[in-house]
Amino acid sequence: MDITEFYETFFEEAEELLGDMERHLLELDLDEPDPEQLNAIFRAAHSIKGGAGTFGFSVLQETTHMLENLLDYARQGELTLRTDIVDLFLETKDMLHDQLNAYRNGDEPDPEAFARICQTLKQLALEELGRGVGSEPDAEIASPEHVTEKAERSAVEEAVEQEAAAAPQEAAPSADSGWLRVVLLNVSDKDRELLVEELGNLGTVTEQHGDAARYEVVLESATSRDDIEAVMCFIVEPEQLSVAAIAAPAEPTQGAPETTSASAVSQDDAPVSEAPAAAERAEAPAEEKAPARAATGDKPANAAPGGKGGGAKKKTGGESATIRVPVEKVDQIINLVGELIITQSMLDQTASELDVAAHGPLVNGMNLLQRNARDLQESVMSIRMVPMDYVFSRFPRLVRDLTGKLGKDIELVTEGQSTELDKSLTERIIDPLTHLVRNSLDHGIEMPDEREAAGKPRTGQLTLSAQHQGGNILIEVKDDGGGLNREKILAKAAHNGLTVSDSMSDDEVWQLIFAAGFSTADQVSDVSGRGVGMDVVKRNIQAMGGHVEIQSWPGKGTTTRVVLPLTLAILDGMSIKSGPEIFILPLSAVLESLQPSNDDIYSMAGNDKLLKVRDEYLPLIALYDILNIEGAEQDPTQCIAVILQAEGRRYALLVDDLVGQQQVVVKNLETNYRKVPAISAATILGDGSVALILDVADINRLHRQRANAPKHAELTASRQEDVVS
Amino acid sequence: MSDMTQAAEAAIDTQSQEYLVFSLGSEEYAVDILKVQEIRGYENVTRIANAPDFIKGVTNLRGVIVPIVDLRIKFHLDKVEYEGQTVVIVVNVADRVVGIVVDGVSDVMTLSSDQIKPAPEFGETLSADYLSGLGSLEDRMLVIVDIEKLLTSEEMALVEQQAQ
Repeated sequence: MDITEFYETFFEEAEELLGDMERHLLELDLDEPDPEQLNAIFRAAHSIKGGAGTFGFSVLQETTHMLENLLDYARQGELTLRTDIVDLFLETKDMLHDQLNAYRNGDEPDPEAFARICQTLKQLALEELGRGVGSEPDAEIASPEHVTEKAERSAVEEAVEQEAAAAPQEAAPSADSGWLRVVLLNVSDKDRELLVEELGNLGTVTEQHGDAARYEVVLESATSRDDIEAVMCFIVEPEQLSVAAIAAPAEPTQGAPETTSASAVSQDDAPVSEAPAAAERAEAPAEEKAPARAATGDKPANAAPGGKGGGAKKKTGGESATIRVPVEKVDQIINLVGELIITQSMLDQTASELDVAAHGPLVNGMNLLQRNARDLQESVMSIRMVPMDYVFSRFPRLVRDLTGKLGKDIELVTEGQSTELDKSLTERIIDPLTHLVRNSLDHGIEMPDEREAAGKPRTGQLTLSAQHQGGNILIEVKDDGGGLNREKILAKAAHNGLTVSDSMSDDEVWQLIFAAGFSTADQVSDVSGRGVGMDVVKRNIQAMGGHVEIQSWPGKGTTTRVVLPLTLAILDGMSIKSGPEIFILPLSAVLESLQPSNDDIYSMAGNDKLLKVRDEYLPLIALYDILNIEGAEQDPTQCIAVILQAEGRRYALLVDDLVGQQQVVVKNLETNYRKVPAISAATILGDGSVALILDVADINRLHRQRANAPKHAELTASRQEDVVS
Repeated sequence: MSDMTQAAEAAIDTQSQEYLVFSLGSEEYAVDILKVQEIRGYENVTRIANAPDFIKGVTNLRGVIVPIVDLRIKFHLDKVEYEGQTVVIVVNVADRVVGIVVDGVSDVMTLSSDQIKPAPEFGETLSADYLSGLGSLEDRMLVIVDIEKLLTSEEMALVEQQAQ
């Protein structure tokens, strides 16, 4: 078998490990580092090094090796972590990421960058510890770890004394050439062959025997136990593997020392019989490697909470329950399911015309098909949903880097990370969100001294939150900074030639910052303030079918709310009729519907009509007017007024009739045609005909454009808005 | 001499192309058959508001939304009726699927390049830019339309020009 088949697995695992490493580094409390976190960071580096070594990625291996050594000193308390050291570690992590990408693309990593980071890491080691890194043999790292493991075990097992005595002997040979016994539990024949072949590359296999349930290999090798495990872990679960150093090849089978210790262990558990003792014997080597892990699995009562093995096991368990699938494959399934649903509704319509008594089985079958098809659709759609954590997890680093650069003190709070969103949307929301976060950090939150003077805590707070709201997801970027400056925005807008007046409402003023080329920052920093951005943010979000709103309070802070549909592929719609034509309104925009009476309709400035709904006057827009529909009901009192909300504005849309509610598969009109005003997309109805989905916000815009057409000043304003949107 | 002519003719023959011939009123038109995806009846077309009159709307072609263009309206023909004979030729141009309404499809013909004469400058309705030439076939004349150029042209308003 070719080892390159496992490259992709390694790259993906390594990427995840790097992500973990960064997260832990950022969470690390420098005054009182959590040993578990330090261990986790160390383990991540260690696993990457092991894998890189196996696959021959020498630059990656050496870089991680140096990082690992430094991390080990930190873990031992010999190296006191400071912010600049963590910065350096983060930088190294970025470098590792670059190297990984280079290998992934079949290139060699940048040698200069490698040399530079090596130099920096060595420098750090010399300054802080007075000795070099990178040159020491693996045993340096291997043995302390073993000692730690022994210590962990002593807390758990009484039998530890016997083994502690054996520990030095076990650890010692791993540095030089030594004999190792590798035991594989429940490994399939195919994997086993591969593993044995792999072991052959690491040393000389002198003996192998056993069956699928338990297979033993005796290996003569200079490789350390940890490295062997790191290599094997790409193929088998840690639980399935144990590696133990043995004294001599003379007793490779059921080694006497293990048997002794194992039976000592088994005596702790009450029932002593032949069978359990044998089972214990089989598991004994596994315990030698990771006692806490084995203990968690076999003897929950004795489990070490939050132990090293426990954490690792949980993680690997999660991984084995997921598969990686290219997005195109999922999209194809989603399209096919969409087709299936349409076909199903077409069949359903035909079947509904049949006589139920005569075609009982067929009708029953159709009902079953309908249920199954809907279930299938729901399950398929859920494949695309990913938690917002995917987006939020990249911000701690950004906040950390920027606060350092800006000299501010800012705490990042994230809420609702588990809120799910369509994968394609999560990828597209990252850029706009990054921009909003940068803005809040740079312009929103003040310098610590300023904050103190204003009677606020020196540490500013930036909150990122996500929550579901009907068929939408609401993402908020909230800061407790100075808020937007109304006067400044108005002045700047006037300077930029926008039509403004002092009587504009706050909401309207805040909308101005979405105009192109708008920035009120006194100084352009390299973080933000170049005035490109907010218009792009708004455009991107609108392109995703969402909208963005700003709320701001002077001295208290600013909240930017981004509302996005959960998915672009399916829409909860309300079908309405106007004349002979059927249209779909997105249900998320519909507030209510009512039949207007003549008393509630007021006219204003000639043609404009307003509808009074519970003491509120809403513009009354006739759909037939916007879309030039012939044969539609002209008398408003015979129509239905659907109250809609879009981009923070409400209006009433006059339609002939409500037809019903249904989920529709959204089909892009622009694939074969072009963007149509007032229409966002199309869908296919049960009878196979096409219905257009109305763009609620665009209808309002079109209406205002027409209404404003004669008035010159307002025309300019609406044009401006068009440019922005 | 005659051998040479035959050889030359053979060379030209290899450059011959197949065309789908369709009628608009009493005129006969032809399009490159490789651009044609399928031919279907005219039915179930959903109107698009505020679109030019020759864009009849969109229809569902096995789950794909396809715009339908009536070339008879575009070419200002007198009689535009939708009856049993009216068919839609679904063509594939510039990675798009578009249906064109015609009065009928007659046959598929092979035209060699010497049967295709250059198109003269036309009137206002159909610019010579959208024609590959005129096919002469005994007493028939076929107007060979460069359907890709025509449908992606600005005046057809099918494709957003900025996006190009």
